[in-house]
Amino acid sequence: MRSFWSITLATLAKDIRLEWRSKDALNAMLFFSLLVVVIFVFSFDPLAEESRHIVGGLVWIAFLFAAVVALNQTWARELRNQVLDGYRVSPAPGTALFVAKALGNFLLVSLLEALMAPLFVIFYNLRVLGPAWQLVPVALLGTWALVVNGTFFAAMSLRTRSRELMLPLLLFPVSIPAVIAMVAATTSIFTGEDSAHFYIVLLVTYDVVFTTACVGLFDTVLQAE
Amino acid sequence: MKKAFPILAVLTAFLLAYAFYQAMFVAPTDALQGDVYRIIFYHVPSAWTAFLLFFINFVASVHYLADAKPSTQRAAKWIAIAVGIVGVIIPYIPQVRGWLQTIGMYPSSAATTALMIPALYFVIGKLFRGQDVDVLAVTCAEVGVVFCTIVLITGPIWARPVWGIWWTWDIRLTTTLVLWLIYVSYLVLRRFSDSSQTPKLAAVLAIFGALDVPLVYFSIWFFRTQHPQPVIGGGGSIDPRMLHVLLINWLAFSCFAFLVCWSRYRLELLQREVEEAESLESLSGASQ
Repeated sequence: MRSFWSITLATLAKDIRLEWRSKDALNAMLFFSLLVVVIFVFSFDPLAEESRHIVGGLVWIAFLFAAVVALNQTWARELRNQVLDGYRVSPAPGTALFVAKALGNFLLVSLLEALMAPLFVIFYNLRVLGPAWQLVPVALLGTWALVVNGTFFAAMSLRTRSRELMLPLLLFPVSIPAVIAMVAATTSIFTGEDSAHFYIVLLVTYDVVFTTACVGLFDTVLQAE
Repeated sequence: MKKAFPILAVLTAFLLAYAFYQAMFVAPTDALQGDVYRIIFYHVPSAWTAFLLFFINFVASVHYLADAKPSTQRAAKWIAIAVGIVGVIIPYIPQVRGWLQTIGMYPSSAATTALMIPALYFVIGKLFRGQDVDVLAVTCAEVGVVFCTIVLITGPIWARPVWGIWWTWDIRLTTTLVLWLIYVSYLVLRRFSDSSQTPKLAAVLAIFGALDVPLVYFSIWFFRTQHPQPVIGGGGSIDPRMLHVLLINWLAFSCFAFLVCWSRYRLELLQREVEEAESLESLSGASQ
């Protein structure tokens, strides 16, 4: 088991170092979600009291789209110089690679959310009426839900034509329950009208089910060539 | 086998015509909705057929992945048996029974559904081998999407006069729509991926879709449901004469779906044979 985690950590450290040096994905995501925020401002009155009801959805749409930008980059990097082929013939477990990639994306998207959250507060004049601390588990669980399936489907779409187009087509339908839960939880925390408890439990279920499925089936996808 | 096809086709045509006559002229007019309710004779059988086909697609996909290795094949067999046994017992536990009643299901219908998993698993394992399982999966997904589209079109046509709106984000409507979206993305994946590993990737996606559907159902759990209760195995009541017509229509649609699947299955097999022959030909041409 020690070798599993050492491989995972080595891959994760490599990815973080690469991202730290280039900052390609992070910059693209930040700018992209900033654009989404600004463009949405023009589609409704952002300072009205009722906009509190839609901001939960808007935040997650911005992060979902931005995450797709990062997820598309995940595996493309490994295709150059046949890194992925080298990995495939090595005795290292494929799931270690998957866990490392998913964790890397998770850190990246979480960082994006931490940086973008103040902007949302400023631009949409947000005040949280419910228990604000619940936003943290919702954000973490929701991000993991997007990222774990996103990493998996990005690996799957490597084998297809026009793979950048393929990822959202595969990811969005399967992500619908997670998106419903994230948006409903965030909205109920912002408005303070309902308890977000049910949706947090739903997110936990979603995360457990799909993390298991991804880890269990990743070797099949990795070896598919 | 080939002789059976035209015979079945003629039978299906008769059955469909008879079912149409029953649905339009024999079934009594609904007291509240008038004649507009007659669309359920197409809506409900299409829905059943679509769900059944998606279910077969899921089981075939599991088969395809499990059959790759003898160890997983054995494991999958026992899991299927376990699912069947647990699924038959659980609906009769008092707590689960009460909960099932709140979503309008009898324990017996839940147990029957659970029993269908091992039954289908072993039937498919007996009848289809190797790549044929994948051909079955494609066939069911394609025909299922067509039937699901019929459901999604006939539903709003009925809803407009009866509910006053075309669409509502009700639990059954949304789940069906998401199911449709998942299977469209399944077909898109098959279309966009042209390597020999497409069946594997598609089977993986089918399993993700099957895991997703219950979660969609529960995520809309809190929304008030507007769709009528299921007419069979649910809390709804239906005139026995209407039920009779509905079952005839269901039989006709099942035959029709079977017929379409059959011809699509043969077409897919032929297509693969042609592709194989072409690639062999180009290989032998290149070596000369």
